[in-house]
Amino acid sequence: MSLPVETDRLTKRYGDLVAVDQVTLTVRPGEIYGFLGPNGAGKTTTLRMLLGLVRASSGDVRLLGSAPGSPGHLERVGALIEGPGFWPYLSGRDNLKVLARYAKVGAERVGRVLDLVDLTDRAGDRYRTYSLGMKQRLGVAAALLKDPRLLILDEPTNGLDPAGMADMRALIRKLGADGCTVLLSSHLLSEVQQICDRVAVIAKGRIVAESTVAELRGDVRVKVVADPLPLAAETARALLGAEHVTVEDGALALDLEPARAGWVNRELVTAGVDVTEIRPLERDLEQVFFELTGQGEGNVG
Amino acid sequence: MLGSTTAELVKMIRRPANWAMVGVALMLAMTFTYLAPYAGVAGAESGMPGNDRGLAALLPDQLVGNSVAGLPVFVGGIALVIGVLAVGGEYGWGTWKTLLTQGPSRLTVYTGKLAAIAVACLVLVVSLFATGAAASAIIASLEDQALNWPSFADVATGLGAGWLIAVMWAALGALLAIAMRGLALPLGLGMVWMLVVQNLLASIAAPLIDWVADLQKGLPGPNAGSLVSSLGAPGGTPGVSEMVGSGQSTLVVVGYLLAFVAAGALILRRRDVV
Repeated sequence: MSLPVETDRLTKRYGDLVAVDQVTLTVRPGEIYGFLGPNGAGKTTTLRMLLGLVRASSGDVRLLGSAPGSPGHLERVGALIEGPGFWPYLSGRDNLKVLARYAKVGAERVGRVLDLVDLTDRAGDRYRTYSLGMKQRLGVAAALLKDPRLLILDEPTNGLDPAGMADMRALIRKLGADGCTVLLSSHLLSEVQQICDRVAVIAKGRIVAESTVAELRGDVRVKVVADPLPLAAETARALLGAEHVTVEDGALALDLEPARAGWVNRELVTAGVDVTEIRPLERDLEQVFFELTGQGEGNVG
Repeated sequence: MLGSTTAELVKMIRRPANWAMVGVALMLAMTFTYLAPYAGVAGAESGMPGNDRGLAALLPDQLVGNSVAGLPVFVGGIALVIGVLAVGGEYGWGTWKTLLTQGPSRLTVYTGKLAAIAVACLVLVVSLFATGAAASAIIASLEDQALNWPSFADVATGLGAGWLIAVMWAALGALLAIAMRGLALPLGLGMVWMLVVQNLLASIAAPLIDWVADLQKGLPGPNAGSLVSSLGAPGGTPGVSEMVGSGQSTLVVVGYLLAFVAAGALILRRRDVV
Protein backbone atom coordinates (compact mmCIF):
# COMPACT_ATOMS: atom_id res chain seq x y z
CA MET A 1 0.00 0.00 0.00
CA SER A 2 1.32 3.43 -0.96
CA LEU A 3 2.12 5.86 1.80
CA PRO A 4 -0.05 9.01 1.85
CA VAL A 5 2.94 11.36 1.81
CA GLU A 6 6.56 10.58 1.00
CA THR A 7 9.19 13.17 0.28
CA ASP A 8 12.85 12.48 -0.29
CA ARG A 9 15.35 15.32 0.06
CA LEU A 10 12.78 17.78 -1.26
CA THR A 11 14.44 21.10 -2.03
CA LYS A 12 13.28 24.44 -3.40
CA ARG A 13 15.70 27.20 -4.34
CA TYR A 14 14.90 30.75 -5.44
CA GLY A 15 18.24 31.90 -6.78
CA ASP A 16 20.63 31.79 -3.85
CA LEU A 17 17.82 31.44 -1.31
CA VAL A 18 17.10 27.88 -0.22
CA ALA A 19 13.45 28.00 0.89
CA VAL A 20 13.15 24.26 1.52
CA ASP A 21 16.27 22.24 2.15
CA GLN A 22 16.35 18.46 1.75
CA VAL A 23 13.07 17.81 3.50
CA THR A 24 12.33 14.11 3.94
CA LEU A 25 8.93 13.28 5.40
CA THR A 26 6.78 10.20 5.69
CA VAL A 27 3.14 10.40 6.70
CA ARG A 28 1.59 7.04 7.51
CA PRO A 29 -1.92 5.92 6.59
CA GLY A 30 -4.62 7.07 8.99
CA GLU A 31 -2.49 9.35 11.10
CA ILE A 32 -2.99 13.03 11.83
CA TYR A 33 0.38 14.60 11.16
CA GLY A 34 1.25 18.07 12.40
CA PHE A 35 3.55 20.40 10.48
CA LEU A 36 4.95 23.26 12.51
CA GLY A 37 7.32 26.06 11.72
CA PRO A 38 7.89 29.78 12.18
CA ASN A 39 6.91 32.28 9.49
CA GLY A 40 9.09 31.86 6.42
CA ALA A 41 10.36 28.44 7.52
CA GLY A 42 9.29 26.85 4.21
CA LYS A 43 6.13 25.21 5.48
CA THR A 44 3.69 26.45 2.82
CA THR A 45 6.27 26.06 0.05
CA THR A 46 6.64 22.42 1.09
CA LEU A 47 2.86 21.91 1.01
CA ARG A 48 2.66 23.61 -2.41
CA MET A 49 5.36 21.28 -3.73
CA LEU A 50 3.43 18.28 -2.46
CA LEU A 51 0.42 19.45 -4.47
CA GLY A 52 2.34 20.32 -7.64
CA LEU A 53 1.61 24.04 -7.36
CA VAL A 54 5.32 24.76 -6.96
CA ARG A 55 7.99 22.73 -8.75
CA ALA A 56 10.73 21.24 -6.64
CA SER A 57 14.31 22.21 -7.51
CA SER A 58 15.37 18.69 -6.55
CA GLY A 59 14.15 15.71 -4.60
CA ASP A 60 11.05 13.57 -4.93
CA VAL A 61 7.42 13.79 -3.81
CA ARG A 62 4.83 11.05 -3.78
CA LEU A 63 1.22 11.47 -2.64
CA LEU A 64 -0.56 8.13 -2.37
CA GLY A 65 2.15 6.77 -4.66
CA SER A 66 1.77 9.38 -7.42
CA ALA A 67 4.27 12.05 -8.38
CA PRO A 68 3.12 15.64 -9.12
CA GLY A 69 2.06 16.04 -12.74
CA SER A 70 1.25 12.36 -13.21
CA PRO A 71 -2.36 11.48 -14.12
CA GLY A 72 -4.53 11.12 -11.05
CA HIS A 73 -1.91 12.71 -8.78
CA LEU A 74 -4.59 14.47 -6.69
CA GLU A 75 -7.46 12.09 -7.37
CA ARG A 76 -8.03 11.27 -3.68
CA VAL A 77 -6.26 14.27 -2.16
CA GLY A 78 -8.07 17.27 -0.71
CA ALA A 79 -6.28 20.47 0.21
CA LEU A 80 -6.76 23.90 1.72
CA ILE A 81 -3.62 25.95 1.20
CA GLU A 82 -2.88 29.38 2.66
CA GLY A 83 -6.48 30.43 3.23
CA PRO A 84 -9.59 29.99 1.14
CA GLY A 85 -9.87 31.38 -2.40
CA PHE A 86 -13.26 31.43 -4.10
CA TRP A 87 -15.26 33.35 -6.70
CA PRO A 88 -16.97 36.17 -4.78
CA TYR A 89 -19.94 36.61 -7.13
CA LEU A 90 -21.05 32.98 -6.64
CA SER A 91 -22.80 31.55 -3.61
CA GLY A 92 -20.99 29.10 -1.39
CA ARG A 93 -22.98 26.23 -2.89
CA ASP A 94 -22.33 27.36 -6.47
CA ASN A 95 -18.62 27.73 -5.73
CA LEU A 96 -18.56 24.10 -4.63
CA LYS A 97 -20.60 23.04 -7.66
CA VAL A 98 -18.05 24.68 -9.94
CA LEU A 99 -15.23 22.93 -8.09
CA ALA A 100 -17.12 19.63 -8.30
CA ARG A 101 -16.96 19.96 -12.08
CA TYR A 102 -13.17 20.37 -11.97
CA ALA A 103 -12.94 17.45 -9.56
CA LYS A 104 -15.31 15.29 -11.64
CA VAL A 105 -17.47 14.45 -8.65
CA GLY A 106 -21.26 14.49 -8.58
CA ALA A 107 -23.10 17.62 -7.46
CA GLU A 108 -24.79 15.58 -4.70
CA ARG A 109 -21.49 15.56 -2.83
CA VAL A 110 -21.79 19.34 -2.42
CA GLY A 111 -24.70 19.08 0.02
CA ARG A 112 -22.87 16.44 2.04
CA VAL A 113 -19.71 18.53 2.54
CA LEU A 114 -21.74 21.65 3.33
CA ASP A 115 -23.39 19.65 6.12
CA LEU A 116 -20.02 18.44 7.36
CA VAL A 117 -18.76 21.99 7.88
CA ASP A 118 -22.13 23.26 9.12
CA LEU A 119 -22.61 25.76 6.32
CA THR A 120 -25.85 24.54 4.77
CA ASP A 121 -27.94 27.42 6.13
CA ARG A 122 -25.80 30.08 4.45
CA ALA A 123 -24.86 28.06 1.36
CA GLY A 124 -27.14 30.14 -0.87
CA ASP A 125 -25.52 33.45 0.06
CA ARG A 126 -22.81 35.01 -2.05
CA TYR A 127 -19.28 34.20 -0.96
CA ARG A 128 -18.39 37.89 -0.67
CA THR A 129 -20.88 38.22 2.19
CA TYR A 130 -19.25 35.46 4.26
CA SER A 131 -17.32 36.07 7.46
CA LEU A 132 -13.70 34.90 7.62
CA GLY A 133 -14.75 31.84 9.59
CA MET A 134 -17.40 30.90 7.04
CA LYS A 135 -14.89 31.32 4.22
CA GLN A 136 -12.52 29.03 6.08
CA ARG A 137 -15.22 26.41 6.54
CA LEU A 138 -16.08 26.61 2.84
CA GLY A 139 -12.39 26.03 2.10
CA VAL A 140 -12.45 22.88 4.18
CA ALA A 141 -15.68 21.81 2.43
CA ALA A 142 -13.94 22.21 -0.93
CA ALA A 143 -11.05 20.09 0.33
CA LEU A 144 -13.52 17.35 1.27
CA LEU A 145 -15.32 17.29 -2.09
CA LYS A 146 -13.41 14.29 -3.42
CA ASP A 147 -13.97 12.24 -0.26
CA PRO A 148 -10.18 12.28 0.12
CA ARG A 149 -7.91 9.61 1.54
CA LEU A 150 -5.36 12.33 2.23
CA LEU A 151 -6.30 15.79 3.46
CA ILE A 152 -3.74 18.59 3.50
CA LEU A 153 -4.89 21.51 5.64
CA ASP A 154 -2.94 24.72 6.02
CA GLU A 155 -4.10 26.58 9.13
CA PRO A 156 -7.69 25.29 8.94
CA THR A 157 -8.89 27.04 12.11
CA ASN A 158 -7.82 30.52 11.01
CA GLY A 159 -10.63 32.99 11.56
CA LEU A 160 -12.84 30.58 13.47
CA ASP A 161 -14.28 31.48 16.85
CA PRO A 162 -13.55 29.13 19.78
CA ALA A 163 -16.65 27.06 19.10
CA GLY A 164 -15.78 26.86 15.42
CA MET A 165 -12.23 25.83 16.28
CA ALA A 166 -13.52 23.07 18.53
CA ASP A 167 -15.89 21.91 15.77
CA MET A 168 -13.05 21.91 13.25
CA ARG A 169 -10.82 19.88 15.57
CA ALA A 170 -13.66 17.44 16.11
CA LEU A 171 -14.15 17.17 12.34
CA ILE A 172 -10.45 16.49 11.79
CA ARG A 173 -10.46 13.85 14.54
CA LYS A 174 -13.54 12.24 12.97
CA LEU A 175 -11.93 12.21 9.53
CA GLY A 176 -8.86 10.61 11.06
CA ALA A 177 -11.00 8.04 12.85
CA ASP A 178 -12.72 7.26 9.54
CA GLY A 179 -9.36 6.39 8.00
CA CYS A 180 -8.51 9.67 6.28
CA THR A 181 -4.89 10.71 6.64
CA VAL A 182 -4.52 14.37 7.61
CA LEU A 183 -1.44 16.54 7.16
CA LEU A 184 -2.13 19.60 9.27
CA SER A 185 -0.12 22.77 9.28
CA SER A 186 -1.01 25.04 12.16
CA HIS A 187 0.34 27.98 14.08
CA LEU A 188 -1.59 26.84 17.13
CA LEU A 189 0.74 24.52 18.99
CA SER A 190 -1.99 23.57 21.42
CA GLU A 191 -4.09 22.45 18.49
CA VAL A 192 -1.35 20.21 17.15
CA GLN A 193 -0.74 18.93 20.66
CA GLN A 194 -4.42 18.01 21.00
CA ILE A 195 -5.10 16.24 17.73
CA CYS A 196 -1.87 15.14 16.04
CA ASP A 197 -0.29 11.70 16.28
CA ARG A 198 3.10 12.85 15.03
CA VAL A 199 4.68 16.22 14.44
CA ALA A 200 7.42 17.60 12.20
CA VAL A 201 9.04 20.90 13.05
CA ILE A 202 10.59 22.89 10.21
CA ALA A 203 12.91 25.87 10.65
CA LYS A 204 14.89 27.71 7.97
CA GLY A 205 13.77 25.17 5.40
CA ARG A 206 15.00 22.11 7.28
CA ILE A 207 13.21 19.55 9.41
CA VAL A 208 14.61 19.95 12.90
CA ALA A 209 12.47 17.32 14.61
CA GLU A 210 10.00 14.63 13.69
CA SER A 211 8.37 12.36 16.24
CA THR A 212 5.25 11.74 18.26
CA VAL A 213 4.01 14.60 20.40
CA ALA A 214 4.90 12.64 23.54
CA GLU A 215 8.43 11.97 22.31
CA LEU A 216 8.88 15.57 21.34
CA ARG A 217 7.90 16.73 24.80
CA GLY A 218 10.46 14.40 26.26
CA ASP A 219 10.14 12.21 29.37
CA VAL A 220 7.11 12.83 31.52
CA ARG A 221 7.81 13.81 35.13
CA VAL A 222 5.66 13.99 38.23
CA LYS A 223 5.45 17.00 40.53
CA VAL A 224 4.91 16.37 44.25
CA VAL A 225 4.14 19.09 46.80
CA ALA A 226 4.75 17.61 50.24
CA ASP A 227 5.57 18.50 53.85
CA PRO A 228 8.16 18.13 55.23
CA LEU A 229 10.06 18.43 51.97
CA PRO A 230 13.41 16.98 53.17
CA LEU A 231 11.72 13.82 54.42
CA ALA A 232 9.73 13.57 51.18
CA ALA A 233 12.93 13.93 49.13
CA GLU A 234 14.75 11.34 51.21
CA THR A 235 11.88 8.84 50.84
CA ALA A 236 11.57 9.46 47.11
CA ARG A 237 15.32 8.99 46.57
CA ALA A 238 15.12 5.71 48.42
CA LEU A 239 12.25 4.62 46.17
CA LEU A 240 13.47 5.84 42.77
CA GLY A 241 17.17 6.48 43.11
CA ALA A 242 18.76 9.85 43.76
CA GLU A 243 19.30 10.64 40.08
CA HIS A 244 15.53 10.55 39.48
CA VAL A 245 14.59 13.07 42.17
CA THR A 246 15.16 16.82 42.09
CA VAL A 247 13.86 19.64 44.21
CA GLU A 248 12.48 22.53 42.16
CA ASP A 249 10.58 25.57 43.46
CA GLY A 250 9.71 24.01 46.80
CA ALA A 251 8.44 20.77 45.29
CA LEU A 252 9.78 17.41 44.15
CA ALA A 253 10.18 16.68 40.44
CA LEU A 254 10.30 12.94 39.88
CA ASP A 255 11.32 11.06 36.72
CA LEU A 256 8.32 8.79 36.88
CA GLU A 257 5.52 7.45 34.73
CA PRO A 258 2.31 9.19 35.90
CA ALA A 259 0.69 5.77 36.22
CA ARG A 260 3.03 5.02 39.15
CA ALA A 261 2.21 8.24 41.01
CA GLY A 262 -0.27 6.44 43.29
CA TRP A 263 2.40 4.06 44.50
CA VAL A 264 4.78 6.92 45.34
CA ASN A 265 1.98 8.77 47.10
CA ARG A 266 1.20 5.74 49.25
CA GLU A 267 4.86 5.25 50.19
CA LEU A 268 5.27 8.94 51.08
CA VAL A 269 2.18 8.90 53.30
CA THR A 270 3.39 5.70 54.98
CA ALA A 271 6.69 7.44 55.68
CA GLY A 272 4.82 10.26 57.49
CA VAL A 273 4.81 12.85 54.71
CA ASP A 274 1.76 15.00 54.03
CA VAL A 275 1.19 15.05 50.23
CA THR A 276 -0.86 18.07 49.19
CA GLU A 277 -0.43 17.89 45.41
CA ILE A 278 0.74 15.26 42.96
CA ARG A 279 0.36 15.65 39.17
CA PRO A 280 2.14 15.02 35.84
CA LEU A 281 4.74 17.65 34.97
CA GLU A 282 4.84 17.82 31.15
CA ARG A 283 6.91 20.04 28.96
CA ASP A 284 4.57 22.06 26.78
CA LEU A 285 4.98 21.54 23.04
CA GLU A 286 5.34 25.28 22.70
CA GLN A 287 8.37 25.22 24.93
CA VAL A 288 9.89 22.41 22.87
CA PHE A 289 9.10 24.26 19.68
CA PHE A 290 10.91 27.40 20.77
CA GLU A 291 13.89 25.35 21.87
CA LEU A 292 14.07 23.58 18.51
CA THR A 293 13.61 26.61 16.29
CA GLY A 294 15.30 29.23 18.37
CA GLN A 295 12.26 31.49 17.90
CA GLY A 296 10.61 33.87 20.29
CA GLU A 297 6.91 33.81 21.03
CA GLY A 298 4.57 35.42 18.53
CA ASN A 299 6.68 34.35 15.58
CA VAL A 300 5.16 31.00 15.00
CA GLY A 301 3.53 30.35 11.63
CA MET B 1 -11.59 18.48 -20.09
CA LEU B 2 -15.38 18.69 -20.39
CA GLY B 3 -15.69 19.31 -16.65
CA SER B 4 -13.19 22.18 -16.77
CA THR B 5 -14.88 23.72 -19.80
CA THR B 6 -18.35 23.63 -18.23
CA ALA B 7 -16.92 25.00 -14.98
CA GLU B 8 -15.36 27.90 -16.88
CA LEU B 9 -18.59 28.53 -18.76
CA VAL B 10 -20.61 28.62 -15.53
CA LYS B 11 -18.16 31.11 -14.01
CA MET B 12 -18.22 33.26 -17.14
CA ILE B 13 -22.01 33.28 -17.49
CA ARG B 14 -22.56 34.04 -13.80
CA ARG B 15 -20.04 36.88 -13.67
CA PRO B 16 -21.82 40.24 -14.08
CA ALA B 17 -18.70 41.98 -15.42
CA ASN B 18 -18.78 39.88 -18.58
CA TRP B 19 -22.36 40.91 -19.36
CA ALA B 20 -21.43 44.52 -18.63
CA MET B 21 -18.67 44.23 -21.24
CA VAL B 22 -21.08 42.84 -23.83
CA GLY B 23 -23.52 45.64 -22.98
CA VAL B 24 -20.82 48.30 -23.40
CA ALA B 25 -19.78 46.82 -26.75
CA LEU B 26 -23.35 46.85 -28.02
CA MET B 27 -23.93 50.38 -26.76
CA LEU B 28 -20.77 51.64 -28.48
CA ALA B 29 -21.63 49.84 -31.70
CA MET B 30 -25.21 51.14 -31.73
CA THR B 31 -24.20 54.70 -30.88
CA PHE B 32 -21.37 55.15 -33.34
CA THR B 33 -22.52 52.83 -36.11
CA TYR B 34 -26.22 53.67 -36.25
CA LEU B 35 -27.55 56.33 -33.85
CA ALA B 36 -25.06 59.11 -34.40
CA PRO B 37 -24.85 58.66 -38.18
CA TYR B 38 -28.64 58.41 -38.41
CA ALA B 39 -29.03 61.56 -36.35
CA GLY B 40 -26.73 63.25 -38.86
CA VAL B 41 -28.69 61.88 -41.79
CA ALA B 42 -31.96 63.01 -40.27
CA GLY B 43 -30.45 66.45 -39.78
CA ALA B 44 -31.13 66.42 -36.10
CA GLU B 45 -27.54 66.62 -34.95
CA SER B 46 -25.46 68.01 -37.78
CA GLY B 47 -21.74 67.83 -37.18
CA MET B 48 -21.82 64.61 -35.17
CA PRO B 49 -19.22 61.96 -36.05
CA GLY B 50 -20.19 59.83 -39.04
CA ASN B 51 -23.06 62.00 -40.19
CA ASP B 52 -21.55 62.24 -43.65
CA ARG B 53 -21.85 58.56 -44.34
CA GLY B 54 -25.35 58.80 -45.64
CA LEU B 55 -28.40 56.69 -45.26
CA ALA B 56 -27.11 53.96 -47.59
CA ALA B 57 -24.42 53.02 -45.06
CA LEU B 58 -27.06 52.29 -42.40
CA LEU B 59 -29.29 49.94 -44.31
CA PRO B 60 -29.52 46.17 -43.90
CA ASP B 61 -27.34 45.33 -46.92
CA GLN B 62 -24.40 46.90 -45.04
CA LEU B 63 -24.96 44.72 -41.98
CA VAL B 64 -21.78 42.64 -42.24
CA GLY B 65 -19.35 45.55 -42.63
CA ASN B 66 -21.07 47.62 -39.96
CA SER B 67 -21.15 44.73 -37.46
CA VAL B 68 -17.44 43.90 -37.66
CA ALA B 69 -16.13 47.47 -38.05
CA GLY B 70 -15.41 47.96 -34.35
CA LEU B 71 -13.38 44.80 -33.88
CA PRO B 72 -9.93 46.16 -34.78
CA VAL B 73 -10.06 48.72 -31.94
CA PHE B 74 -13.06 49.37 -29.68
CA VAL B 75 -14.90 46.05 -29.66
CA GLY B 76 -11.52 44.34 -29.85
CA GLY B 77 -10.67 46.15 -26.63
CA ILE B 78 -13.81 44.71 -25.05
CA ALA B 79 -12.78 41.21 -26.18
CA LEU B 80 -9.35 41.76 -24.65
CA VAL B 81 -10.99 42.72 -21.35
CA ILE B 82 -13.08 39.53 -21.43
CA GLY B 83 -9.87 37.51 -21.89
CA VAL B 84 -8.13 39.31 -19.03
CA LEU B 85 -11.12 38.84 -16.73
CA ALA B 86 -11.37 35.11 -17.48
CA VAL B 87 -7.77 34.45 -16.46
CA GLY B 88 -6.65 37.37 -14.32
CA GLY B 89 -9.48 36.99 -11.82
CA GLU B 90 -8.02 33.66 -10.70
CA TYR B 91 -4.86 35.45 -9.56
CA GLY B 92 -6.73 38.25 -7.79
CA TRP B 93 -9.03 35.91 -5.87
CA GLY B 94 -6.40 33.25 -5.18
CA THR B 95 -8.52 30.65 -6.96
CA TRP B 96 -5.79 29.01 -9.06
CA LYS B 97 -4.73 26.92 -6.05
CA THR B 98 -8.38 26.15 -5.21
CA LEU B 99 -9.23 24.77 -8.63
CA LEU B 100 -5.87 23.10 -9.35
CA THR B 101 -5.97 21.17 -6.08
CA GLN B 102 -9.22 19.62 -7.30
CA GLY B 103 -7.08 17.66 -9.75
CA PRO B 104 -7.22 19.06 -13.29
CA SER B 105 -3.91 19.83 -14.99
CA ARG B 106 -3.01 23.41 -15.72
CA LEU B 107 -3.35 22.87 -19.45
CA THR B 108 -6.77 21.27 -19.00
CA VAL B 109 -7.95 24.35 -17.09
CA TYR B 110 -6.34 26.66 -19.67
CA THR B 111 -8.03 24.81 -22.53
CA GLY B 112 -11.35 25.08 -20.71
CA LYS B 113 -10.80 28.80 -20.27
CA LEU B 114 -10.01 29.28 -23.95
CA ALA B 115 -13.13 27.34 -24.91
CA ALA B 116 -15.26 29.52 -22.62
CA ILE B 117 -13.59 32.66 -23.99
CA ALA B 118 -14.34 31.50 -27.53
CA VAL B 119 -18.00 31.01 -26.62
CA ALA B 120 -18.12 34.47 -25.01
CA CYS B 121 -16.61 36.02 -28.14
CA LEU B 122 -19.15 34.23 -30.32
CA VAL B 123 -21.95 35.62 -28.13
CA LEU B 124 -20.40 39.08 -28.45
CA VAL B 125 -20.14 38.96 -32.25
CA VAL B 126 -23.56 37.38 -32.76
CA SER B 127 -25.03 40.08 -30.49
CA LEU B 128 -23.39 42.76 -32.63
CA PHE B 129 -24.93 41.26 -35.74
CA ALA B 130 -28.35 40.85 -34.10
CA THR B 131 -28.56 44.40 -32.75
CA GLY B 132 -27.14 45.73 -36.00
CA ALA B 133 -29.81 43.86 -37.94
CA ALA B 134 -32.53 45.27 -35.69
CA ALA B 135 -31.18 48.82 -35.92
CA SER B 136 -30.78 48.75 -39.70
CA ALA B 137 -34.26 47.25 -40.14
CA ILE B 138 -35.77 50.02 -37.99
CA ILE B 139 -33.92 52.72 -39.95
CA ALA B 140 -35.00 51.18 -43.26
CA SER B 141 -38.60 51.13 -42.06
CA LEU B 142 -38.45 54.72 -40.84
CA GLU B 143 -36.96 55.87 -44.15
CA ASP B 144 -39.21 53.70 -46.36
CA GLN B 145 -36.23 51.77 -47.73
CA ALA B 146 -36.26 48.17 -48.98
CA LEU B 147 -35.04 45.47 -46.58
CA ASN B 148 -32.21 44.00 -48.66
CA TRP B 149 -30.24 41.66 -46.44
CA PRO B 150 -26.77 40.32 -47.22
CA SER B 151 -26.56 36.70 -48.32
CA PHE B 152 -26.27 33.92 -45.75
CA ALA B 153 -22.73 33.20 -46.96
CA ASP B 154 -21.70 36.83 -46.46
CA VAL B 155 -23.19 36.86 -42.95
CA ALA B 156 -21.50 33.57 -42.10
CA THR B 157 -18.16 34.86 -43.40
CA GLY B 158 -18.57 38.05 -41.42
CA LEU B 159 -19.47 36.17 -38.27
CA GLY B 160 -16.48 33.88 -38.71
CA ALA B 161 -14.06 36.73 -39.34
CA GLY B 162 -15.45 38.77 -36.47
CA TRP B 163 -15.25 35.79 -34.14
CA LEU B 164 -11.66 35.09 -35.20
CA ILE B 165 -10.59 38.67 -34.50
CA ALA B 166 -12.43 38.80 -31.16
CA VAL B 167 -10.88 35.50 -30.01
CA MET B 168 -7.44 36.75 -31.04
CA TRP B 169 -7.79 39.85 -28.87
CA ALA B 170 -9.25 37.84 -25.99
CA ALA B 171 -6.33 35.39 -26.23
CA LEU B 172 -3.97 38.37 -26.00
CA GLY B 173 -5.85 39.43 -22.86
CA ALA B 174 -5.47 35.94 -21.39
CA LEU B 175 -1.76 35.92 -22.21
CA LEU B 176 -1.22 39.32 -20.58
CA ALA B 177 -3.09 38.16 -17.45
CA ILE B 178 -0.93 35.02 -17.22
CA ALA B 179 2.29 36.90 -17.87
CA MET B 180 1.50 39.61 -15.30
CA ARG B 181 -0.39 37.36 -12.86
CA GLY B 182 -3.25 39.74 -12.17
CA LEU B 183 -5.98 41.97 -13.52
CA ALA B 184 -5.13 45.64 -13.27
CA LEU B 185 -1.79 45.79 -15.09
CA PRO B 186 -2.82 43.62 -18.05
CA LEU B 187 -6.07 45.56 -18.38
CA GLY B 188 -4.24 48.87 -18.34
CA LEU B 189 -1.47 47.87 -20.70
CA GLY B 190 -3.85 46.04 -23.02
CA MET B 191 -6.13 49.04 -23.35
CA VAL B 192 -3.19 51.41 -23.85
CA TRP B 193 -2.06 49.22 -26.73
CA MET B 194 -5.54 48.93 -28.23
CA LEU B 195 -6.66 52.52 -27.91
CA VAL B 196 -3.48 54.58 -27.89
CA VAL B 197 -0.42 52.86 -29.34
CA GLN B 198 -2.24 51.40 -32.34
CA ASN B 199 -3.67 54.82 -33.23
CA LEU B 200 -0.37 56.61 -32.73
CA LEU B 201 1.41 54.11 -34.95
CA ALA B 202 -1.21 54.36 -37.68
CA SER B 203 -1.84 58.09 -37.66
CA ILE B 204 1.54 59.57 -36.68
CA ALA B 205 4.45 57.16 -36.98
CA ALA B 206 3.55 55.14 -40.10
CA PRO B 207 3.04 58.16 -42.42
CA LEU B 208 6.44 59.53 -41.37
CA ILE B 209 8.65 56.46 -40.98
CA ASP B 210 8.87 53.81 -43.69
CA TRP B 211 9.84 50.89 -41.46
CA VAL B 212 6.90 51.61 -39.15
CA ALA B 213 4.62 51.56 -42.18
CA ASP B 214 6.08 48.18 -43.15
CA LEU B 215 5.80 46.97 -39.56
CA GLN B 216 2.10 47.82 -39.58
CA LYS B 217 1.54 45.10 -42.19
CA GLY B 218 2.62 42.51 -39.65
CA LEU B 219 0.81 43.77 -36.54
CA PRO B 220 -2.49 42.28 -35.36
CA GLY B 221 -4.53 45.49 -35.33
CA PRO B 222 -3.86 46.62 -38.91
CA ASN B 223 -4.42 43.08 -40.19
CA ALA B 224 -7.72 42.89 -38.31
CA GLY B 225 -8.56 46.28 -39.85
CA SER B 226 -7.73 44.98 -43.32
CA LEU B 227 -9.83 41.87 -42.78
CA VAL B 228 -12.93 43.79 -41.72
CA SER B 229 -12.34 46.32 -44.48
CA SER B 230 -12.49 43.50 -47.03
CA LEU B 231 -15.89 42.60 -45.57
CA GLY B 232 -17.26 46.11 -46.11
CA ALA B 233 -16.45 47.91 -42.87
CA PRO B 234 -16.70 51.72 -43.40
CA GLY B 235 -13.33 53.31 -44.16
CA GLY B 236 -13.63 56.12 -41.65
CA THR B 237 -13.90 53.78 -38.67
CA PRO B 238 -10.79 53.84 -36.40
CA GLY B 239 -8.48 50.93 -37.21
CA VAL B 240 -10.18 50.04 -40.48
CA SER B 241 -7.94 50.29 -43.55
CA GLU B 242 -7.20 48.07 -46.54
CA MET B 243 -3.49 47.68 -45.88
CA VAL B 244 -3.13 44.05 -46.97
CA GLY B 245 -5.35 41.51 -48.74
CA SER B 246 -7.99 39.48 -46.95
CA GLY B 247 -6.02 36.24 -47.39
CA GLN B 248 -2.89 37.59 -45.77
CA SER B 249 -4.79 39.39 -43.02
CA THR B 250 -6.68 36.20 -42.14
CA LEU B 251 -3.44 34.23 -41.95
CA VAL B 252 -1.76 36.86 -39.80
CA VAL B 253 -4.72 37.04 -37.39
CA VAL B 254 -4.77 33.22 -37.12
CA GLY B 255 -1.00 33.27 -36.57
CA TYR B 256 -1.28 35.78 -33.73
CA LEU B 257 -4.13 33.79 -32.18
CA LEU B 258 -2.03 30.62 -32.16
CA ALA B 259 1.03 32.47 -30.89
CA PHE B 260 -0.88 34.10 -28.00
CA VAL B 261 -2.46 30.77 -27.03
CA ALA B 262 0.87 28.91 -27.16
CA ALA B 263 2.74 31.58 -25.21
CA GLY B 264 0.05 31.59 -22.52
CA ALA B 265 0.18 27.80 -22.24
CA LEU B 266 3.95 27.77 -21.98
CA ILE B 267 4.10 30.37 -19.22
CA LEU B 268 1.20 28.89 -17.26
CA ARG B 269 2.69 25.40 -17.39
CA ARG B 270 6.18 26.42 -16.32
CA ARG B 271 5.47 28.93 -13.59
CA ASP B 272 4.87 28.17 -9.94
CA VAL B 273 1.40 28.94 -8.59
CA VAL B 274 2.11 31.10 -5.56
